[in-house]
Amino acid sequence: MPSMTEAVPLPWVLTLAGALFCVGLFGALSRRNTVGILLGIELMLNAVNINLVAFWRYLEPNVVAGQTFALFVITVAAAEAAIGLAMIIAIYRARQTVNADEVDSLRG
Amino acid sequence: MNTLITILFLVFAVFILVAAIMTVTVKNIVHAALWLISSFFGVGALYLLMEAEFLGVAQVLIYVGAVSILILFAIMLTRDLEGSQNRQLTPRWWIALIVPAALFGVLIVPTVMTHAWQLPPPPPAGQPPSISDAQQIGTAFMREYLLPFEVAAILLLVAMIGAIVVAFEEREQRRRVLTLAEQVRLRRQRQQQVATLPEPAVSAVQPSEATGSET
Repeated sequence: MPSMTEAVPLPWVLTLAGALFCVGLFGALSRRNTVGILLGIELMLNAVNINLVAFWRYLEPNVVAGQTFALFVITVAAAEAAIGLAMIIAIYRARQTVNADEVDSLRG
Repeated sequence: MNTLITILFLVFAVFILVAAIMTVTVKNIVHAALWLISSFFGVGALYLLMEAEFLGVAQVLIYVGAVSILILFAIMLTRDLEGSQNRQLTPRWWIALIVPAALFGVLIVPTVMTHAWQLPPPPPAGQPPSISDAQQIGTAFMREYLLPFEVAAILLLVAMIGAIVVAFEEREQRRRVLTLAEQVRLRRQRQQQVATLPEPAVSAVQPSEATGSET
């Protein structure tokens, strides 16, 4: 019975997750559109989930904690997306813009 | 067989990374959302490859099914009158490039590659490895993770109520939603204003059109 643990070393999967996290971080830092920032954050949460599942599969495959934790991360990501997009819609109603540079009322 | 799995992993990895890079770099935000959806699909396939079949299905249902629809609706509702020909990246985007690149090159890769992972010994030949399946996850949610499970349910309820409260708009204050033809006409008017007047009007929607008939 072939499995991924024999075919692919764990550092490869972790490197993939790290690269995905860094791409998401770049998106969250560099986009001007607030929806684009949320897209970057979703990519980062996905990278964290890949890490959790990889550690579960390679280190503790018979304990459910890894998958359970990943499911909680998915739950929090869904709640975060709903609240974030509702806030973007509210900001757009008030200011007719979704550009993060122009929403600076709290700037000191 | 092992080479097949290695090739599959590499194909999925390249697919996920290319889709993610397109997500953060394309100009059109709708295209970015579509690239994000394909990246979600790749991550779901990777879960299936790692034999986390319940998580793979949950990924497709929640991310591809729900979150992406939410994002597409938010893009549709916040469509910018100016169009998408503006710059999408901040002026100092190269600083934003240095930070993740340094994080990846200096911190993540050396740590991951040099750390001695204490992998458990492979199971003896002919004996299937014990991997927790969907049934065990369900049992765990009803036993040792019951309290976090309930807290997650309350979190989702609170998020739903919060999203409705934040995005709710009183009927009296509701602006009329412009059709695409009206938007194009408005944009043409504003361009003519810019061409004729030295100082164009700043208001995004003209008052006569904004207070028009409710839809």
